[in-house]
Amino acid sequence: MVPVSYYLALSAVLFTLGALGVLVRRNALIIFMSVELMLNAANLAFVAFTRVFEVLNGQIFVFFVMTVAAAEVAVGLALIVAIFHTKQSIDVDQMSSMKG
Amino acid sequence: MSVDLILFLILAVVAVATALGMLFSQNAVYSALFLVLNFASIAVFYLLLGAPFIALSQVSVYAGAIMVLFLFVIMLLGADRLAPAKVLPWQRPLAIALAFVLVIEAGYLLLFRSAPVGGIFPPSATFGSPQEVGSMLFNQYLLPFEVTSILLLVAMVGAIVLTKREKGERG
Repeated sequence: MVPVSYYLALSAVLFTLGALGVLVRRNALIIFMSVELMLNAANLAFVAFTRVFEVLNGQIFVFFVMTVAAAEVAVGLALIVAIFHTKQSIDVDQMSSMKG
Repeated sequence: MSVDLILFLILAVVAVATALGMLFSQNAVYSALFLVLNFASIAVFYLLLGAPFIALSQVSVYAGAIMVLFLFVIMLLGADRLAPAKVLPWQRPLAIALAFVLVIEAGYLLLFRSAPVGGIFPPSATFGSPQEVGSMLFNQYLLPFEVTSILLLVAMVGAIVLTKREKGERG
């Protein structure tokens, strides 16, 4: 039997690592992967609470979060490809001008 | 220590180590592969928590579809490593300090301020089975499910419009 607080602590650590990745890395693709990591940490907390309270709603929310994440990745990667075609770089420090 | 606890600790080490590897590898392909391993370990956590349907969707949607898309874009752009750019000298230490504050705060709120919840007992046989999840999804959550289909359609149209070249544009 694992206390549920262990799962919540792990979820908090993974979420923080994702936030750290967004702050530290300059590669737009890795920033996207860190956002995925944060979504996964939230999903883990959802499933842990689902297990504790014995209601299935949390698992349904996880299902919807996955769908939104898939849509977000499709649009985000298309944006990154479009930016790469105009600027020849995906360094987020280079994306500082509004035009061109 | 029970078997569950040992399994949890090993998997937690794997999950945190792969997240760190994702953060700090210089090559974006390695980062993507570390993230696949992280998603797989989280899928095993879902199995431990009695959510087999979510675990398998995690593997097929995240570790399968989304990460294949990531690897495809990384290799398409040839952007697996960036040239080291000029960085602000105070940005990285500040980010690490803020992340440390965040983990302390989140840990405090989750562990000491939330409702007292006990341990996780072995689930009943049908809890979280695809049948139960499906019946709840198509009865109680039917409208959100339908809205999701529109969201996916919009994402598909958006991705096509964003990557389409304008007529006459050179590329």
